[in-house]
Amino acid sequence: MSATATSAAALSTRGVNKRFGSLVVAADVEIDLPAGVRYALIGPNGAGKTTLINLMTGMLRPDAGRILLGDDDITALPPQARVRRGLVRTYQINSLFPHLSALESVTLAVCERRGVARTWWRPLTAYRDEVDEAYGILGTLNLAAVCHRPTRELAYGQQRLLEIALALAARPKVLLLDEPAAGVPRDESNDLFAAIAGLSRDITVLFIEHDMELVFRFASRVIVMVGGGVLTEGTPAEIAADERVRAVYLGERPREALR
Amino acid sequence: MTTQTISGPHAVLQAQARWRAAEIAFWLATLLPFVLAPDYLVLASQVAIAALFVLSLDLILGFSGIISLGHAAYFGVGAYTAGLVSVHGWGEPLSGLVIAGIASGIWGYVTSFIIARFRHLALIMITLGLGLLLQEAANAASWLTGGFDGLQGIHTWPLFGKIDFDLYGYTAYSYALAVLFVVFVAARRIIHSPFGLALRGIRENGARMPAIGASTHSHIRTIYTIAAVIAGLAGALLSQTTETVSLEALGFQRSADVLVMLILGGAGRLYGGLIGAVVYMVARDQFSGLNPQFWYFWIGLLLIGVVMFLPNGILGGLAFAAERLKAAARKRPPVSAP
Repeated sequence: MSATATSAAALSTRGVNKRFGSLVVAADVEIDLPAGVRYALIGPNGAGKTTLINLMTGMLRPDAGRILLGDDDITALPPQARVRRGLVRTYQINSLFPHLSALESVTLAVCERRGVARTWWRPLTAYRDEVDEAYGILGTLNLAAVCHRPTRELAYGQQRLLEIALALAARPKVLLLDEPAAGVPRDESNDLFAAIAGLSRDITVLFIEHDMELVFRFASRVIVMVGGGVLTEGTPAEIAADERVRAVYLGERPREALR
Repeated sequence: MTTQTISGPHAVLQAQARWRAAEIAFWLATLLPFVLAPDYLVLASQVAIAALFVLSLDLILGFSGIISLGHAAYFGVGAYTAGLVSVHGWGEPLSGLVIAGIASGIWGYVTSFIIARFRHLALIMITLGLGLLLQEAANAASWLTGGFDGLQGIHTWPLFGKIDFDLYGYTAYSYALAVLFVVFVAARRIIHSPFGLALRGIRENGARMPAIGASTHSHIRTIYTIAAVIAGLAGALLSQTTETVSLEALGFQRSADVLVMLILGGAGRLYGGLIGAVVYMVARDQFSGLNPQFWYFWIGLLLIGVVMFLPNGILGGLAFAAERLKAAARKRPPVSAP
């Protein structure tokens, strides 16, 4: 909302608009994510939260507006180029490599970042640093013990962690997490968010989450979206006290707000 | 699991890339026709050429998930290039082979820009269309290709200037087998490289690849060009060893045949395609001996049977059976008497 924070922002959107036919999914979205902050993006279903992540990461092109990573305009860049600049996302529904092992998947992501994924004349085993780095990332997410298992054989919660591991392998400056704990049981989702909270403070994090308890526990600031636009933004306490936010949730999803 | 933690991340990856005893046995077995079936060396050379062609398809279909129903186009470009080089007075086989590989590689690189943009059904249609287009172009350009009658007057000089291509296929099989082996080793190296891992990533989830920073299009263009070169080498081997090329070299039938061989043997396993080529070519030889009219009936039956009962192909079925046996051996207590 505050256009003054541009220079300190890790990621900003300027007047981003997107519509599918007559349905407005992003309406003049102006967001600034200051570096190092833990942001939650909340809003009722269909508010345009995932669409906004798709717009920021280049999976969708905005009809109007600009996306800035630091001071650079990245609106025209394809998704992979944004990833290489440090804007990385995860997916709400697991989007992994079913027959690759966890180690292979993360090693692949490391190789892509380091620009060695094109070499076909040297064996993978010669890239010990890359493999070690991937193994280290898996270790920080408690996946080292299962790193040789094919992804499709991992427990669901482990697959959610692997989503994050893949994103970390790209060395993100800004990490966009689309419902990282979706479908994960309560006790496990706490662990998962503890892992996110433990990430380096150099990484700016924006996560979509429906569970208000998790939002209030792990976010330092909250953005509320409704109908494709930003309703308000503030600290968790401010958001909890905001009548408009209450109205949105009470009107559409009473149980969630009361939980 | 504890052993994995102790051995760290490298041991398992290294074990995957290591040459296995079964692989060495396989390649030693390819020498058997010289001893056991010297009358069938011509057939054996055709099998080796088919195996090389299937290997090429396996790289794009089995490992990268790029479906093609027009792969014969690259086989055909290689075959015609090698033939034309010979017809125009240069019959030296090795340099002819290289020139053919370059020609098919160029065509592969050009078409890869279209290929990289599509997936699934659209890709089947596009590869099919490109194949038909080239076949008709070759038919129309009869001044160059000989059209429907095929290319006349190919003569292949002796290998290394010394070894003649004999009637019994001794040289032909040695030559084709040597090329197959060299290309196989290269393909195996590609598969076990970081690039090979990226290809498997594209096969497993192409849509996810940009989100880890990968340029899928450029990866696809690279492997498609490499596959085209290999297909062209196979085509060149065929025209050099048989000293004929016809439109059938780049026809739809050949594209379908190579796909059948790969599915029969098992895609994405390197050796699957080789085994598929052996089974298919030998079956065709035998069935057409039984009844020259209806041999495709038996091929059809074989294909349906394999796909129904061995969904991962013959090699996939063998691997599954081997795993089962190992698991059973592990479960069984080492006591022999009940």
